[in-house]
Amino acid sequence: MTGRRLDAPAGHGVDRSRPIGFTFEGITYEGLAGDTLASALIANGVDVVASSPLLGRPRGVFSAGVEEPNAFVEIAAPAFRSIAPATAVPLVDGLIASARPGVGRLPADDTGAPAAQHRHVHVETLVVGAGIAGLRAALEAAQAGDRVMLVDERSWVGGTATTDDGVDGEPALSWIATTGAALASASGVTVLTDATALGVYDDGYVVVYERSTPVERLHHVRASRVLLATGAHERPIAYARNDLPGVMLASAAWLYADRFGVLTGERAVVFSTNHAGHEAAMSLARAGMQIAAVIDPAEGGRAADATRDAGIDVRTGWSVLAADGDPRVRSVTIAGPGGALDTLDADLVLVSGGWNPTAQLWRAIGGGLRWDDERSCFVPDVSLDGVPGGAGPPWLSIVGAAAGEVPTSVPCWYTPADDLSEHFVDLQRDSTVADVLDAVGHELRSTEHVKRATYIGTAIDQGRTSGALTAAIVNQAWGEGPGAQGPSNSRPPYTPVPYSVLAGADRGPVLLDPMRTTPMHNLHVERGAVFENVGQWKRPWYFPLPGESMHAAVERECLAVRRTAGVMDASTLGKIELVGPDVATFLDRLYTNRMSTLAVGSIRYGLMLGLDGMVFDDGVAMRLAEDRFLITTTTGGAAKVMDHVEEWLQTEWPDLRVYATSVTEQWATIALNGPMARDVLAATGTDIGLEPSAFPFMTWREGEVAGMHARVARVSFSGELAYEVNVSGYHGAAMWDAVLTAGDPHWLSPYGTETMHVLRAEKGFVIVGQDTDGTVTPHDLGMSWIVRKDDSDFIGRRSLRRPDTARPGRKHLVGLLSVDPSVWLPEGAQVVSPEHAITTEPPVPMLGHITSSYRSPVLGRSIALAMVAGGRDRIGGLVVAATPSGPVECEVVSPMFYDPEGARRDG
Amino acid sequence: MLLIPCPWCGRRDEIEFRYGGQAHIAYPADPVALSDEEWADYLFMRDNTRGWWSERWMHAAGCRRWFNLTRNTATNEIGVAYRVGEAGPATGPPR
Repeated sequence: MTGRRLDAPAGHGVDRSRPIGFTFEGITYEGLAGDTLASALIANGVDVVASSPLLGRPRGVFSAGVEEPNAFVEIAAPAFRSIAPATAVPLVDGLIASARPGVGRLPADDTGAPAAQHRHVHVETLVVGAGIAGLRAALEAAQAGDRVMLVDERSWVGGTATTDDGVDGEPALSWIATTGAALASASGVTVLTDATALGVYDDGYVVVYERSTPVERLHHVRASRVLLATGAHERPIAYARNDLPGVMLASAAWLYADRFGVLTGERAVVFSTNHAGHEAAMSLARAGMQIAAVIDPAEGGRAADATRDAGIDVRTGWSVLAADGDPRVRSVTIAGPGGALDTLDADLVLVSGGWNPTAQLWRAIGGGLRWDDERSCFVPDVSLDGVPGGAGPPWLSIVGAAAGEVPTSVPCWYTPADDLSEHFVDLQRDSTVADVLDAVGHELRSTEHVKRATYIGTAIDQGRTSGALTAAIVNQAWGEGPGAQGPSNSRPPYTPVPYSVLAGADRGPVLLDPMRTTPMHNLHVERGAVFENVGQWKRPWYFPLPGESMHAAVERECLAVRRTAGVMDASTLGKIELVGPDVATFLDRLYTNRMSTLAVGSIRYGLMLGLDGMVFDDGVAMRLAEDRFLITTTTGGAAKVMDHVEEWLQTEWPDLRVYATSVTEQWATIALNGPMARDVLAATGTDIGLEPSAFPFMTWREGEVAGMHARVARVSFSGELAYEVNVSGYHGAAMWDAVLTAGDPHWLSPYGTETMHVLRAEKGFVIVGQDTDGTVTPHDLGMSWIVRKDDSDFIGRRSLRRPDTARPGRKHLVGLLSVDPSVWLPEGAQVVSPEHAITTEPPVPMLGHITSSYRSPVLGRSIALAMVAGGRDRIGGLVVAATPSGPVECEVVSPMFYDPEGARRDG
Repeated sequence: MLLIPCPWCGRRDEIEFRYGGQAHIAYPADPVALSDEEWADYLFMRDNTRGWWSERWMHAAGCRRWFNLTRNTATNEIGVAYRVGEAGPATGPPR
């Protein structure tokens, strides 16, 4: 145990008067207010925080920020977090954490998931990163009168600035305090800490995750301009066993000493390619750390001279070959010019292999990078203004270290060795230089491919410390310059965010996805209906009597409609009212059959096609007046038909004077079906003449039903005598009640969607979306009769003549009857020809599949509809359905199983 | 998320809109007169422009109007929105 807390006054960011108790791995410790979990663990001498995910190697704290690849913990209290780097966890009272080996886990239940508030924020200027560059940018914007939001992932403003730094000739820490206070008191300025910009999206949209207590927040920020002041990350160099506890970034060690008053080791070897490493060594020496030596692979320079002048052993032209110790570093092997070797005692290796501008957010929104030879890193390429993939969008800019204002550095990536299998590149993926070279040996050239072969950069830290290193090794291995290609891209979120935060507060089912119910819904609930979801609608599926099974209920309901009468709530059918002088012209173009010839008072079934000639939706059109139609759509198709109507009216035929209004919810629809339907309607009490001669099939009449104004239509989806009673939604429940009461002596039974499906299948009526799938024409359905043959155009007409649409041998809708009538065929079952019994070697040619399948109570057997290649030519023959319980022989028949003459529709 | 200037409602978040693909592909005056290739070209083939082009949008959760928009597909920069029936800007980045 070699980390310790320095004596006061070291540690300007911690409050020594406020001790904080916490638990790690079941042991109780004490830290200080202002600590991170990492600084508190180091202060308590904890060397090993977690083990590595794949190799189980001991790992300590490597960094002082979100670039951390090692020290991952799960937090149990005060609020659950599945995984987080200890370096980015503010220490709070009662914190309970345990080690996680690089991979998070979810709790057994979701009780601990943080609920987040979502806020929408509009500002002129959003600044990401509250280091010196970010503070300065935010202050300038605020002084210019902008509404400003400044966010930083850390718990403080000022970033990684230390007592050694200065701004405008002033000590940085006092400048930060002054500027921070000025911003805090400025109007229109919001400063958020513990707040991470997860992603920057088009047109200045930035999602900010604020880990506030007690409720976390997700800010949806829309900014006129976004400034990235995201700083830079120091990067490591690979050498043997560079993953041991005690190996750390040099700047992190100095930040721990300066900000937290924590010494991360007693005696350090500093391995640095740039002046920042030298400065860290000198600062740490002043803070009380022994510096065994500064190892600088360069030939020397001002930084090396200054360090030497401070009395520190500087080895220019030397490199670190290996670290050794168990578990923590005890010695460091170094190599110098002419093959010189030396071994130094040290419990710490502080590495500074150069600096990478933090450009992930910049790249993700289209900003380009260029290689900077002096700094040996990729920097945002702001010279490419206006070039795609260049300077990014005009509302985005990048400043400070993130823009490339980082120390100059010599390139140094890894020290050579025969065995590179302990030269770690990505600590969180346990990937080494050997792994990268192995991927290159398999001819992988792109860093994106190497990433996928080695998993480098796929961990929580997104390769912040490994990406540039990997790119350099790949470029070098292919004999290319260091700027040949950059690191693999990283995507939002910038750091992990719980899904519960993205989801936001639970506002109940109604706002999550609207639940639509009909005006009669409560009556159905009282009656004990079992519901099914049809789109957003709740529809009664069947109405079981007490103790009745679904099978028994559906059989009873079906027989009631066929023998006496049944009534169904059909209010969910889509209804669109179309009005205007050109409405008939428009409907002729919308439907395959002609609607302009429909008489007022009459109804016609119609089929709509897509431009591709495939069946799009179906329903009926009622002519209410010369210039007024009401069309119905399928329940699930209502919105898409409305969209279709509006699109054609607005974009192609704006000359047509037609207005379309959705009236689905304005009307309640009660479908009364069965041989006794007329008697039930008469008993309900109506002034509408019901004699078939006065009120024939496919007409509608208006009048009073049960004292309520109603529009009654003679349309039938069951093949039985049927009346569809439409009343204002307000009267829906009363009308439902009135019909059921009047029907009681006539054995009237309410029925649900399952019975409706059985009844329509018995008649061979298709359901668009069940028997069709977007590849089916009217001809495929055997509905050529509904496609008009004259010269007038309708949507989809030309496509019906396309070679593929017109070819013979397409799949046709047919009926299938299993040879054994008791066998029910599963929907979706594949249909094959008998000569290809399903035991044949694959591939077995597929003829089609079963689209609908039911047990028909009135026929006393199973029936099925299927789309079968050349199906109509196979009628009378046999096919085989492949089912989970084996092949089933079926006869191919016409899809109309019941009352093919249509004798029952008039009762 | 794009900020789309609806010509009727002003700038609104992309989530309020439905995308309609390439603009200015008129429904042929006489579809039957077209060869199978010409009809397939109308039906299926669209440009895959890198850079500025015109596309259709509908303000589905707003005024429900279709309109056209110029957008740079490489940068997602938005140029101008204009109403159905209006001519779009000529070429280049429209402002």
